[in-house]
Amino acid sequence: MTLLDVQDLTITLATAEGPARAVRDLSFSLERGETLGIVGESGCGKSMTALALMSLLPERSNTEGKILLESEDLLRFSEKDLCNIRGNRMAMIFQEPMTSLNPVHTIGHQVMEPLRLHKGLDKDAAHAEALRLLDRVGIPNPKARIRNYPHQLSGGQRQRVMIALALSCGPDILIADEPTTALDVTIQDQILELIQNLVSEDGMALILISHDLGVISENTDKVLVMYGGSAVETGRTDKIFGELTHPYTLGLFAAMPKLGMGRNARLATIPGVVPDLMNLPAGCTFFDRCPLASDHCRDASPPVHVLNPDHAVACHNIDDARGKKSEELYL
Amino acid sequence: MSIFIAKRLLTLIATLIGASMVIFLVMEILPGDPALVILGVEATDEMVAALTKELGLDRPAPERYWTWISGLLQGEMGTSYAYKVPVWELVEGALWITIPLAIMSIILSIILALIIGLYAAAHHNKAGDVALMGFSQLGISVPNFWLALLLILLFSIQLRWFPAGGFPGWNEGFFVCIVALLLPAISLATVVGAILARITRSSVLEVYREDYVRTARSKGLSQRATLWLHVLRNALIPVLTVTGIQFSALLTGTVVVENVFHIPGLGSLVLKAINNRDTIVVENVVLLLATMVIMTNFVVDILYAVVDPRLKAHDI
Ligand SMILES: Nc1ncnc2c1ncn2[C@@H]1O[C@H](COP(=O)(O)OP(=O)(O)OP(=O)(O)O)[C@@H](O)[C@H]1O
Ligand SMILES: [Mg+2]
Repeated sequence: MTLLDVQDLTITLATAEGPARAVRDLSFSLERGETLGIVGESGCGKSMTALALMSLLPERSNTEGKILLESEDLLRFSEKDLCNIRGNRMAMIFQEPMTSLNPVHTIGHQVMEPLRLHKGLDKDAAHAEALRLLDRVGIPNPKARIRNYPHQLSGGQRQRVMIALALSCGPDILIADEPTTALDVTIQDQILELIQNLVSEDGMALILISHDLGVISENTDKVLVMYGGSAVETGRTDKIFGELTHPYTLGLFAAMPKLGMGRNARLATIPGVVPDLMNLPAGCTFFDRCPLASDHCRDASPPVHVLNPDHAVACHNIDDARGKKSEELYL
Repeated sequence: MSIFIAKRLLTLIATLIGASMVIFLVMEILPGDPALVILGVEATDEMVAALTKELGLDRPAPERYWTWISGLLQGEMGTSYAYKVPVWELVEGALWITIPLAIMSIILSIILALIIGLYAAAHHNKAGDVALMGFSQLGISVPNFWLALLLILLFSIQLRWFPAGGFPGWNEGFFVCIVALLLPAISLATVVGAILARITRSSVLEVYREDYVRTARSKGLSQRATLWLHVLRNALIPVLTVTGIQFSALLTGTVVVENVFHIPGLGSLVLKAINNRDTIVVENVVLLLATMVIMTNFVVDILYAVVDPRLKAHDI
């Protein structure tokens, strides 16, 4: 049975200026132990997708479609049942380690909380388990650290605590929303490696969100490239990186620093800015920034071309795009 | 923690010294000669001079200030010019009325604030929230003496549930005294409670937007559990600050409200003493009120560090 099957997920946020379509007709699935990467520029709806999976979207929002966790639609769950899923079968690590822990509780208390809630552990058992978890995520001297408050820890250590907290109940799915974006580059790799190791040791499925194509290519089995709230390119990681096709994915690739690149080499950029969610174009959302755009791109949403069973691209000018190198499209 | 307390204690002493100087200076500048007021209009110049000398008022101001302060350090408040009894005797009885009144008022206002503030935050922008915030705006705008008069009219004169004023004295029984203080306490608590309710509401709403609240929800805690376990303690920090600040407003309020209800507390005492130009009583009572305010803020500072662990780290 597919562990997680998301079908036609559409998220509309109520804003002061009117409804904003943050995510549109997004579909993807995840098997046990599999790692899915979601990649895209800032504001393309990655966090909204993650929060929708956890049913933690802002109150003034509307979610359509289906989020099937082992065939049960989470969107039909009662709040009480969702509380039994969150932190227990599905857990999340957030983008901002500095502010994601409660400043008035010790880290021990915060790691113990889900254990007591979902596993029904008593205080002593939860304490012992929290010590084990803190040790596992590489917090030095957990016996002393367990009594620390978040402000006494560095950003990297706080993210480790968040990981301990998220893994505490052995969830089936871990969602890591840009877990390293806010951290020092030297720590980023350590944290990613830690997540990878823990996930594979426990056989968990991972949804890794990033705006860094490099991180995604190294750490995932499957990829979902998002732009303006929808999927533009999906498939198995090796297949996609073997043949990057969508003009947007090529743009992300062109904008990525590469090995052997000179220190002063200029990185290419995708011209323009992400679309305004209030007035999304009728056709392709990438239309106004796309080097291959033609007139019908503006008017009709792009068809999905299945290049092979493990690689699909949503683009009108697929024939143009195939075989193009990123440096041919972006300078 | 001990450094934290020691530092606060030093500030407290410095503030008290400053306050005593200001109070003394103000009383010096205030027009009206105590000897003249005591002796009345028919007094001769010689009689006034003799009394002035007897009261020690002919000596230079710095000397008199020092006599007052050194007396206080030895536990002596001096002797009332008007009543010729030790000031402490006048103060003691009044203190046992004003302190319970202030405590009752502050407890009432905190209870009021938490109930209203939490309810309003939980029903953000719904009818209940809008109505309560409207009432609280009204509560803030109503002067406490006017509210006191309204309460007397309604509960004492119309309904006859409460005495219209006066204080039986503690030896008449605890309950009757509390009843006698209830209307004054309500008139004092309304304004402070309304202010604190608004702070509680906005603080809770603000904390709800924090990332760690989302983390708490992602663990599987229910809305309610999140409110009690993660939101409330953080939200109380600004409420605590404002409570400390409002306490001084509340004490000032007692001066007015005690007079409306004819309650012989510090407020009534100080007003009478000012009329009598009983300078030494005024100075001591005002300094006492100032001490109470400063002590409250001292306690608030310590509570602060108890609620917010980040403060302990920054206290050096
Ligand atoms: N509370 C909100 N109300 C209205 N719009 C919002 C809200 N939060 C986010 N948005 C909008 O929804 C869109 C998607 O946001 P989201 O946070 O999912 O982006 P993201 O892909 O995670 O970006 P980043 O890489 O910066 O984290 C953005 O355009 C953002 O402006
Ligand atoms: Mg995000």
